[in-house]
Amino acid sequence: MIGVNLEIARTHLLAKKRQTLVAMMGVTFGIGMYLLMISFMNGFNEYLEDTLLSSTPDIHIYNDIKTDYSHSILDQVSDTSRMLNIIHHPKPKDITPNIHNPKQIVSDIKTFDNILAVSPQLSSQVFYNNGPVQIPGSLNGVNIIEEAKLTNLQDKMKTGAIEDLMKVDNGILLGHGLATKLNASVGDLVTLASPQGTSMSFRVVGTFQFGIGSLDNVRSYVSLKNVQQLLGKDNQYVTDINIKMKDYTKAKELAATFARKYGYKADDWQVANASAMVSITIRNMMTIVISFTLLVVAGFGIYNIMNMTIQNKLKDIAILKAEGFAGSDIIQIFLFQSLTIGLFGALLGLILGYAMSYGVYSLPFPKNEFMSITHFPVTFHVRHYVFGVVFGLLTTLIAGLMPSLKAGKIDPVAILRG
Amino acid sequence: METVLRAKQVNKYFYEPEEFHVLKDISFEVKRGEFLSLIGKSGCGKSTLLYLLSTMDTDYKGEIEINGMRLTGMKQKQLAAFRNEHIGFVFQFHFLLPEFTALKNVMLPAEKLNKYSASEIKDRAYEKLKMLDMQNYAMKQSSKLSGGQAQRVAIARALINDPTIIMGDEPTGNLDTTNTQIVFDILKDLARTKGQTIIAVTHDPEFAQKSDRIIEMKDGEIIKQ
Repeated sequence: MIGVNLEIARTHLLAKKRQTLVAMMGVTFGIGMYLLMISFMNGFNEYLEDTLLSSTPDIHIYNDIKTDYSHSILDQVSDTSRMLNIIHHPKPKDITPNIHNPKQIVSDIKTFDNILAVSPQLSSQVFYNNGPVQIPGSLNGVNIIEEAKLTNLQDKMKTGAIEDLMKVDNGILLGHGLATKLNASVGDLVTLASPQGTSMSFRVVGTFQFGIGSLDNVRSYVSLKNVQQLLGKDNQYVTDINIKMKDYTKAKELAATFARKYGYKADDWQVANASAMVSITIRNMMTIVISFTLLVVAGFGIYNIMNMTIQNKLKDIAILKAEGFAGSDIIQIFLFQSLTIGLFGALLGLILGYAMSYGVYSLPFPKNEFMSITHFPVTFHVRHYVFGVVFGLLTTLIAGLMPSLKAGKIDPVAILRG
Repeated sequence: METVLRAKQVNKYFYEPEEFHVLKDISFEVKRGEFLSLIGKSGCGKSTLLYLLSTMDTDYKGEIEINGMRLTGMKQKQLAAFRNEHIGFVFQFHFLLPEFTALKNVMLPAEKLNKYSASEIKDRAYEKLKMLDMQNYAMKQSSKLSGGQAQRVAIARALINDPTIIMGDEPTGNLDTTNTQIVFDILKDLARTKGQTIIAVTHDPEFAQKSDRIIEMKDGEIIKQ
């Protein structure tokens, strides 16, 4: 029974090869462009997220210095019920920006699920001395092994290796931009001055590049102990605790938990990169809107062509009905045609989409010394391709269904009587 | 002879452009193997009556029965299946599907019926084409046939499922004298040898005269039968 209907549908499609091909190309282009768009946008988002995530910890715990001076020790010695104490331009005293009891906090954090690495650090503003020139920057005292787990620093190394930081006494890893400014390469000595005026010399053991200029031009890594020495602090002195999670999407809740538990400020990566996250969301939104439009336009193409086909085939539909084909048979015949167009169009669209994505992927990215990117970022996710085919078939099904239902309802008498 | 078709008190109205009583209390019976001509002036309702009998038009009052089956009130899908098995159509225009060969056009209703195997259907289609002397054109694209040839293929198509009734809406209306004679002879022969009933609407008085029985209509009523 279905066999006859399929045969008629096939004959119709093959009788008008050019029209069939044009309808298919509508779907092919729609899905091809959708795949290119989504692969490229997704690749770009992933690249951005990747650079952001590797340069910012999933959760950052630090001592947020409070600037609330509404209470003064003066209130305790003078009676505030009779007089008003006014203090002009109050300044904090004996406030230290460090985290108390960091060892205990670190070992406590490690007992939570979903924690990949915890890196306590001591960071400080420093001046890099290059002869008479002082270049401002930041110095991060870290346990380099833990830090590497957070930032994948080993993949970002341009010269040297991170392990050398532990082997060499007073070793330092310089950001690529900073090293260029200091004209320093592996083996050279650089001198750093702390805000307190103390200075120390370090031997360059490597340079790294995150691909973000604002980091690569100012940051350097040394061992935690060296920064404590430079600042004249004890070996418990730590200002930040950075955390890497197994599933970074859960960072937000955990950050709130830590903030409550330890009484320090805990920012998750989304807070730290709020503006970048907004742009990612907007890009995703745009991708969806444009992709949807492309596929819907392809659907309209099919709708038009099926409507035209049915208009041209009114007599055939009438005679088929007279011969004993029911309305449901007619619907099958035309639905099968549009689904065939949809299926083959979609499959060709996958090939086109892959080819175009691959083409863009192979393009070299315009050379840029601040970005560590060599070619356009494009992702190849099976789910995008599956979605393309499913959505393509769905649009053609809907686009074909309306004309087909109409064809099924055609009254043969009106046509046969002329 | 047994009755194969019975119409009882059939009434039909057109509502567009204004209400119009097309068929008024039509009642008649047709016997097996009868060759019946429906005649009358244009607009008398004879074609309308034929399409009611064909089961394609279901908008009427009264009752129609074919082969002992009451068709009034049946669902469209059932009616389509009934048409497929029991009724064959020949129209003034052949209405062959242009993308298919002559043979395939004949085969389609049988494939829809799905009673015989594929090879049997092909054999039967050849046999019907042969009966109409069209076997040499079997593999020809139907859009490339002449008017007379196409009409003969259309008759073969009407016969493929050995229907009880063959209905014709001016089956010779587009044909020259020779082809009209051929088509008439074929239909007559079917009624005689196979006992198939023929109901044909015609404007051709000669055609009607030669048939077994004439029903003449005027203004929606049967005036002579």
